[in-house]
Amino acid sequence: MTLSSSVRRDLAAYGIGYALAIALTGISFAIVFFRLLEPRPAFVIILILALVQVTVHLRCFLHVSFKRPAREDLHLVMFSAIVILLMLGGTFIILFDLDTRMM
Amino acid sequence: MSGVSEPELRHVGLTLEGVPPLKRAQVESDVFGFWAFLMSDALIFALLFAIYATMIGRYAGGPTPGQEFKFHSAFWETALLLTSSFTYGGVSIALKHDAKRRWIVLFTAITFCLGAYFVRMECHEFTTMFHDGATPEDSGYLSSFFVLVAMHGFHVTCGLIWMLLMGAQMAIHGIDQRVKVNFVRLGLFWHFLDIVWVCIFTIVYLHGLQR
Repeated sequence: MTLSSSVRRDLAAYGIGYALAIALTGISFAIVFFRLLEPRPAFVIILILALVQVTVHLRCFLHVSFKRPAREDLHLVMFSAIVILLMLGGTFIILFDLDTRMM
Repeated sequence: MSGVSEPELRHVGLTLEGVPPLKRAQVESDVFGFWAFLMSDALIFALLFAIYATMIGRYAGGPTPGQEFKFHSAFWETALLLTSSFTYGGVSIALKHDAKRRWIVLFTAITFCLGAYFVRMECHEFTTMFHDGATPEDSGYLSSFFVLVAMHGFHVTCGLIWMLLMGAQMAIHGIDQRVKVNFVRLGLFWHFLDIVWVCIFTIVYLHGLQR
């Protein structure tokens, strides 16, 4: 079977996404498995790696981008991200405050 | 009978260049509606993560994540889901370029097998934990753990059932436009679950295994 150039381009996009996802996941697991860092900085780094990986997934697999038809999706994702951050932040402020007061 | 065949939806990889404007607007609004559903689902997961985060360390004398989590099972579950996302990319590309139906069936089948093995591993993990006496009622920590991870597992199971339904739709209708849009929605759902899993393996498993 011969592949046209556009098929190869699409395959490459998914391949790049997959390779990046595997690499980022591998680094995260390696940091924890080999205990390369102290727990606290290690957790900060794997959180950042996870954030990068979510972005890679959105870009390569879900095709969210600044281009026209995908831009509405991007707006929706960003709006939802703001709502999620507000709800997470509110939950944490209230519950951790309650926690310290109960101690 | 093969259903709607004209105006062909050429770019099902979510980019719709070259599609007649009217059909294109319809497809875009269909897909956008599904995005709205996904984002509401993301809210549910975000709040389950919030509850989980507030419950970290609340073991109530019960088992701790360091005792219960297995590094290799978390790793292989992650590998399975990531690979299944990649193989679903094969489905999207095959649809976009009007490949033969056997390619679509093949990639969907591979994705299904990987997803099914993921669910099997997770069930095994849960039954092992139950066997060790780590049940949801032991502590606030374990309650929130089981709700969060089982919620994701439930979504994956729904995705698997959806794949079977797509197989049935393909058998009945062939690959017409509606079936293609359904495949696009399923793809969004599947890739979205992968994103949720990235958060789970980072915040739940890797963080838990550090202790």
